[in-house]
Amino acid sequence: MQRVDVTGEPVPITARIGSLVNPLLDQLPSYQSLLYRRKSSTSKPKRRGSSRNRLGSFGSGKSGVNTITKYEERQNGQTLQRPVRELPRTMAEKRTDRDQRLKQDQKLSRWTQRRRSTHRYLKRLREDAQERLNSLVLWRGDIHLIEGMFGTGILSYFSFLRFLVMLNLLIFLLMFSFVMLPIIIAPHTEGNITYNQADGSKCSVYPNSARRGLVIFHEHITDLLSGGGFLEQTYLFYGYYKVDAVRFPWFNYNLALAYLLVTIAYILLSLIWIVKRSASGFKRNLIQDVDRFQSFCNKVFAGWDFCITNENAGKLKRSSLLYELKVNLEEERIKQKIADRSRTEKCRIYAIRLILNIFVIAVLAACFYSIYWATIFSQKAQLDQKKENFMVDLIYEYLPSIVITLANFITPLLFCLIINFEDYSPAFEIRFTLMRCVFMRLTSIGVLLFSLWSQITKCKDGPCDCGYNHLLYSCWETRVGQEMYKLTVFDFIIIAAVTIFVEFPRKLIVNYCNCRLAQWWGQQEFAIPQNVLEIVYGQTICWIGTFYCPLLPAICTIKYFFIFYIKKVSLMNNCRPATRPFRASSSNFFFLVVLLIGLALACLPVLVGIAQINCSQACGPFVNYTVSWEVVPRTVSELPIGIRSLLFALASEACAVSLFVITCLVMFYVIALAGAHKRVINQLREQLVLEGRDKRFLIEKLCQAQKPPTVWSSPSQPQPRTSRDSRGSRGSSRSPSYHTSFSSNYNDAMFLAHAPPHSSTHV
Amino acid sequence: MGNKQTTFRDEQFEAYQDCTFFTRKEILRLHGRYRELAPHLVPLDYTNDPDIKLPLTLLINMPELKENPFRDRIVQTFSEDGQGNLSFNDFVDMFSALCESSSRELKTIYAFKIYDFNRDNFICKEDMEKTINKLTKGELTPEEVTLVCDKAIEEADLDGDSKLSFADFENMISKAPDFLSTFHVRI
Repeated sequence: MQRVDVTGEPVPITARIGSLVNPLLDQLPSYQSLLYRRKSSTSKPKRRGSSRNRLGSFGSGKSGVNTITKYEERQNGQTLQRPVRELPRTMAEKRTDRDQRLKQDQKLSRWTQRRRSTHRYLKRLREDAQERLNSLVLWRGDIHLIEGMFGTGILSYFSFLRFLVMLNLLIFLLMFSFVMLPIIIAPHTEGNITYNQADGSKCSVYPNSARRGLVIFHEHITDLLSGGGFLEQTYLFYGYYKVDAVRFPWFNYNLALAYLLVTIAYILLSLIWIVKRSASGFKRNLIQDVDRFQSFCNKVFAGWDFCITNENAGKLKRSSLLYELKVNLEEERIKQKIADRSRTEKCRIYAIRLILNIFVIAVLAACFYSIYWATIFSQKAQLDQKKENFMVDLIYEYLPSIVITLANFITPLLFCLIINFEDYSPAFEIRFTLMRCVFMRLTSIGVLLFSLWSQITKCKDGPCDCGYNHLLYSCWETRVGQEMYKLTVFDFIIIAAVTIFVEFPRKLIVNYCNCRLAQWWGQQEFAIPQNVLEIVYGQTICWIGTFYCPLLPAICTIKYFFIFYIKKVSLMNNCRPATRPFRASSSNFFFLVVLLIGLALACLPVLVGIAQINCSQACGPFVNYTVSWEVVPRTVSELPIGIRSLLFALASEACAVSLFVITCLVMFYVIALAGAHKRVINQLREQLVLEGRDKRFLIEKLCQAQKPPTVWSSPSQPQPRTSRDSRGSRGSSRSPSYHTSFSSNYNDAMFLAHAPPHSSTHV
Repeated sequence: MGNKQTTFRDEQFEAYQDCTFFTRKEILRLHGRYRELAPHLVPLDYTNDPDIKLPLTLLINMPELKENPFRDRIVQTFSEDGQGNLSFNDFVDMFSALCESSSRELKTIYAFKIYDFNRDNFICKEDMEKTINKLTKGELTPEEVTLVCDKAIEEADLDGDSKLSFADFENMISKAPDFLSTFHVRI
């Protein structure tokens, strides 16, 4: 853009005002603060090409910049000292800045100096430690590779998987160190284990389920896959922990209490960790202004993944961005169409939606009933113990899992089909289908547990004697644990089998077979939502099952570990990224929200199992109690009286009510604060608009005032910086003050019409 | 450090660590990467700050930048002469501003500079059309491109001058959820 010709003479006034505007704008402090690296490109010609040293190419701009920003900083009392690395300047400038700051530090007192240097040293130490920790992070190289090839949407899935591996490992370590470790080390440290003795009542009969005599090999496999037989009386299940307390020489370790508290602890730990991880995404989602949602801007300026390094991935990203833009344009058209809908059309659409929703509910009810039926059938088959056939036995064992997996496979397809008729906007369609799938997946586990519970507490004649059906389920917790174990194993088998037997052949068929069917089927897409639901489902089972099967977190850790590699291999070889891309930002938030829903749904059965259902009298650590929760009141009653009264006070109504009132007050305060901030943001936005208009108005007036031709002949002398600063700062104020400032600085206006002079006086 | 030949003095390391978001190891690694672009040109010993600049053509073929539609603009923005010739300082500066730990404000400033093709402190309609064409490589029809431009300007423009100043851009980016996660280069 030419605002001056090559000899440096100003362009005559007949040129458009717009072309004169920019040199003026360059002088304003707000643009100076942008600290453009090369002012020479916008306003200076290249004739003084001789000044090739680093500082020279900036000339007046840079040093002027420094003086201006230093002046402004002094004006603000220099309270805002951003770290040097966050300034948008060249390295040389940053170095000089840094040296200046260090020199300034020399002028301070010795004490402040020492404090600052220790502060700097600690910061350096922390960064080094951070770097070393980062190199230990699991799968760093793999995830880097995936990011480069597929972008940040799919990356978020894999980092979510890594998070779950860490979470499960932590839960397992908790369980192990507080429940299993005391039992294991007791014999070595002269601890005395008191076991729960059978008290002879009919409730405490626990037949040994280990197989006797000649055991056929495939029965071992059945046992391994179903958790029965030789696995039943091991550390794997609740029933093995028939320990009441471990008496160490120095203290008495109440294992029952530890078991219960660890359960509550791992739920709380998961909750805290998930909330912490989702906090940043939540903040960002809150800032998003729902009224003026910027889908276009977001896609144009923040759409391209700068970390893509692979050519194919680049092509795919481009096509997905293209698709997104087209979808957005389509959405605009649909919005217009929706706004234009007539009354009769609206009624018709609502009627269709109602019918389809009823249909969806009917489908869900059918699925839940089939899960219920399958569970009852499977339980009956296991208890009857008819041994027909190896495969049939296994199928009977796994019937609930099979039905759940089938239901979870069919219903998403159905939902995707139905949503097309409901005529929503594309964005809402995606979310609504997802919600339905989430609901289906997570409630199916609840239905399974409910049907199990109904079996356990159903006795032949009237209410059960021991609170549960002790004839069929002498140790019902172990049975529940076995069901959870089977679900986990089956989930893993299905994921591996689908990858090996469906995705690889699909790729081979699509690549090497040229028939139309193959081309229509197309290559596998890595559908992020479905994959995420799969692993959230697995994690929910883990949370529910850990109370009944303490080794389940370890199994889940290993399972997710292998799933990472299976999915990675499948992704690299078989998949192409989805044409409907899933955004990285909202996806992290979405994953964690779904995980939280899973956690909430998992808490329910666990808490009901602890507090409501009578624990078995024949196995487990809670034999001496009616319900598992009873161990807490009994322990509290044995505590010294001071602590006991404190705990009673904390749990009393007075404390609870006052805590509730305080929480309400805090919530109201925060909501009011948020409302006030929103108002301030709106005000500032309006002010910004007005300031922009003011600026343009002023500059137009300025340019008009420069019209008299005599202005051009007078040579321009470099005016002192301060007056220009004051002009600039006053220029952005409201219009009435313009007149006074303009009349007093007429010479400045003249000067500003020219290009800013070269470096001669300002180096 | 255990190196037989020192690449940087300790003061240089300190300066780099203060002025960028990188640690010592990463600075050395960056030097290795810079050197492998032109091994005969770039010396191993940087203790006396040699004034070597690599041209644009070498830099845009780096694997990290190769697939980026804005690679020319990125390198030009961080170069001192505006033509894309980067010294090692500029090179480190570029990757520091674009790295994951860089601050949002810094990234916003540089994003604005990158997308401002004609360098007039505004992202006008032509700048935006160029951006969209680079992103989609001409797959959209000109009417669609104009439509997208108009819609984007309509969404982000606050002061109604039908182009985006830095204030408009900053306000828009602060509400764009994807910006931080997509606007970073991993090296």
